[in-house]
Amino acid sequence: MAGKTLTRMDLSEAVYREVGLSRNESAGLVESVLEHVSDALVRGEQVKISGFGTFSVRQKAERIGRNPKTGEEVPIAPRKVLSFRPSHLMRDRVADAPAPVS
Amino acid sequence: MIRSELIQRISEENPHLYQRDVEKIVSTVFNEIIRAMARGDRVELRGFGAFSTKHRDARTGRNPRTGESVAVDAKAVPFFKAGKGLRERLNEEG
Repeated sequence: MAGKTLTRMDLSEAVYREVGLSRNESAGLVESVLEHVSDALVRGEQVKISGFGTFSVRQKAERIGRNPKTGEEVPIAPRKVLSFRPSHLMRDRVADAPAPVS
Repeated sequence: MIRSELIQRISEENPHLYQRDVEKIVSTVFNEIIRAMARGDRVELRGFGAFSTKHRDARTGRNPRTGESVAVDAKAVPFFKAGKGLRERLNEEG
């Protein structure tokens, strides 16, 4: 494995370093950012963060799936799925990322 | 919702913070995610989703207008997978 996995803690740490609030408050604000984005998506809004990307909710129609093990047909209920379109800036910055050894 | 509305909402909830600090908080969160992906790292935010990169091999593409062949280098592309909590919330009512 080449890549590490970052979590909320790492984002809070970055906010703590950059902004100079307490660790506790930094963690609360990271959570608040994620909550506001989630809430807007749940309301059906598109969330567009310039320089980062766009999150949008798409409605999927019902379709017939198949259990690959048993071959049995199962209906897949209509549902909403989240899609993310990265900005050009993100694409450019990520293009040269080292490939994970998997 | 766009970036400035997100900043405005967080500012309203935190009247003790300067707006420029809220701007910095929001950009730090998103920039850290990009920086992590640029290193080939993954960012896993339970309940929200995970950002990672996927490798694309070099290939020979084609200019759709002229039909000309062009070499496309290997590259990494950003990938986001919604977390379980958010997926469930999206489908709660209805």
